[in-house]
Amino acid sequence: MSEIRFTIDGRPCVARAGQTIVEAAKANGVWIPVLCHYEGLKPVGSCRICTVRVAGRYMAACTQPVTEGMAVENTAPDLEDMRKSLIEMLFVEGNHFCPSCEKSGNCELQALAYRYRMMVPRFPYLWPGRALDARAPRLMLERNRCIQCLRCVRGIRAKDGRKVFAAVERGPRVTIEIDQRLAAGLSDAEARRAMDICPVGAILRKETGFAVPIGKRKYDGAPIGSDVEKGAGR
Amino acid sequence: MGRKITIEPVTRIEGHGKVTIRLDDAGRVTQSRFHIVEFRGFERFVQGRPYWEAPVLVQRLCGICPVSHHLAAAKAMDVVVGAGPGKLTATAEKVRRLMHYGQMLQSHALHFFHLSAPDFLLGMDADPAVRNVIGLIALDKDLATRAVLLRKFGQEVILATAGKKIHGTGAIPGGVNKGLAPEDRDRLLDGAAAVNAGLAIDWALAGVELFKDYQRKNKDVVDGFAAFPSNHLSLVRKDGALDFYHGVLRAVDAEGRKVLDDVDYRDYLDHIGEEVRTWSYMKFPYLRSLGKADGWYRVGPLARLNTCDYIPSPLAQKEFEAYKAYTDGKPNNMSLHTHWARLIELLHAAEVVKELLLDKDLQGPRLVEKGRRAPEGVGLVEAPRGTLFHHYRVDGNDQITMANLIVSTTNNNEPMNRAVHWVAVNTLSEKPEITEGMLNRVEVAIRAYDPCLSCATHALGRMPLEVTLVGPGGRVLQRKVR
Repeated sequence: MSEIRFTIDGRPCVARAGQTIVEAAKANGVWIPVLCHYEGLKPVGSCRICTVRVAGRYMAACTQPVTEGMAVENTAPDLEDMRKSLIEMLFVEGNHFCPSCEKSGNCELQALAYRYRMMVPRFPYLWPGRALDARAPRLMLERNRCIQCLRCVRGIRAKDGRKVFAAVERGPRVTIEIDQRLAAGLSDAEARRAMDICPVGAILRKETGFAVPIGKRKYDGAPIGSDVEKGAGR
Repeated sequence: MGRKITIEPVTRIEGHGKVTIRLDDAGRVTQSRFHIVEFRGFERFVQGRPYWEAPVLVQRLCGICPVSHHLAAAKAMDVVVGAGPGKLTATAEKVRRLMHYGQMLQSHALHFFHLSAPDFLLGMDADPAVRNVIGLIALDKDLATRAVLLRKFGQEVILATAGKKIHGTGAIPGGVNKGLAPEDRDRLLDGAAAVNAGLAIDWALAGVELFKDYQRKNKDVVDGFAAFPSNHLSLVRKDGALDFYHGVLRAVDAEGRKVLDDVDYRDYLDHIGEEVRTWSYMKFPYLRSLGKADGWYRVGPLARLNTCDYIPSPLAQKEFEAYKAYTDGKPNNMSLHTHWARLIELLHAAEVVKELLLDKDLQGPRLVEKGRRAPEGVGLVEAPRGTLFHHYRVDGNDQITMANLIVSTTNNNEPMNRAVHWVAVNTLSEKPEITEGMLNRVEVAIRAYDPCLSCATHALGRMPLEVTLVGPGGRVLQRKVR
């Protein structure tokens, strides 16, 4: 397969044909933040946290394929600030109380906020009224923390291929619903996958919260993205 | 028309409290009240939350003794998951116990040395600018340093068991999420830490001696200050020993007669009532068998050493015997003796921490037990400031539908009001001028019971003291701000 040569922030990189900027960056030990993107799922580029700049144009790095000679800007101060503002918007448009959330330490949104050193959001909190759905036997849908990334909608299917989660309504009114009948048939392993696929604390496996002690959680040891930067993805 | 003195907020406490004292034209105290002026509503907003979240969520009530709320909620949820009293693994129970006694150590050290000792060592009339922990450092650097390190040691014990010094996650329904790592055990026993378990015991013992010495030299103040008879309530171990983590409810009256004994705390509603008064957000609990008027009681160190038969650690037991001998074995009803009792408990906590650190069960592999689900759970612990009740109901979807918390501060509501009234009558009544030192005595009375109102008053932080003296017609006569 032919190699594609490109740069990220001036650093020479190599990609395979068809790789997206996010995939190629990871292969070259460069971290680009993602939220709605999940390895193994078709990227949709909806959250825009991975936005990079190429030839003055902004694009979602999770959907954009690399092309020969592409010069990707990833860590320009204005880009980083825009990403930070997106994280802040996600915090203010939901009800995120990290101190009592069992996903704390394993949450990608929280990890990004730490990495981007978010102290206080620059936007006013919206305090939306969102209902928690605890009817499924193995799962709890905590919509207060949902960022509508649709990873669960795209990634969690019943044995017959039907979607367990669905997005209802559009725009600011969009909510995630759970098919109670399909959810009732989920195995423990499938429930675990649903919780893992959720980047925040919106999908919770019942009766297992806080089982992992502080210090052993995913982001306790090193900031999000460190594994990629250390070359683990190469 | 008389006048009204307001102390708002009360200082060197956590949370917001206010005291009002009404004087008639002759300057006699006609009424004094200790108000709780904030409302947070944890009991309401925990409703709907998953039950396993409760131990982590409700501990946010407090920054000084969150472990108490963490463990009381976990104990209640143990019952919900079918692993109630006696069913936890030895590792889980002992890790929780270590966490709790570590907290007792740090909280008692903070309460006495940081918040209350300035009143004794620098004087109740000392300039407020120096009557604080900074003034304590200037007065006795070694003592202040030991106080800070003693507290730090307790915090390190909590860190090792809960994952964080404040607001950890160690206890989960049915057990704990980690045992004690051998390296943490070694560090706390005799490792590189600034203080270790043995040193903590020595320093705790020195703390008891410090207070005893002060009491010997200031008998009138320490013995007479806000002394009044009351009932006393606490958990005791089944055999009557002092126990902070688990046991049965016992209450004695001012003469030592048992009002309650060997009561399963899960039946607390049969024995404890709560009265609401219009002027405070804090309820007034009472023993049902004695009624609202006579059933109020004290909780905390003073009450615990009045209800228990003995202390199950040698050095603290020796101090307990001397303490009991001072009142000829009868209950001690002297408010400032709460500090004496507190320091004996601090010593006991240090002894228990060392004993637990040497226990191999803390490295055991079995952390969680679960059994048959129950729709309701009650959990009780002895928090540093006294008996703490947590009660929850959980529905079939795992959501909490009801929470009732009776916190230590609430249990001590009436005694604190009585103590404030005693000070008002005995130091403020019919005096030509109300001095700052006099008003500080009101706070000294509150601090003997509780430096932390946040779980009952529901606000964090420390604000300057504002004292307003209001004359006839509402005219402000004197205002002091610090």
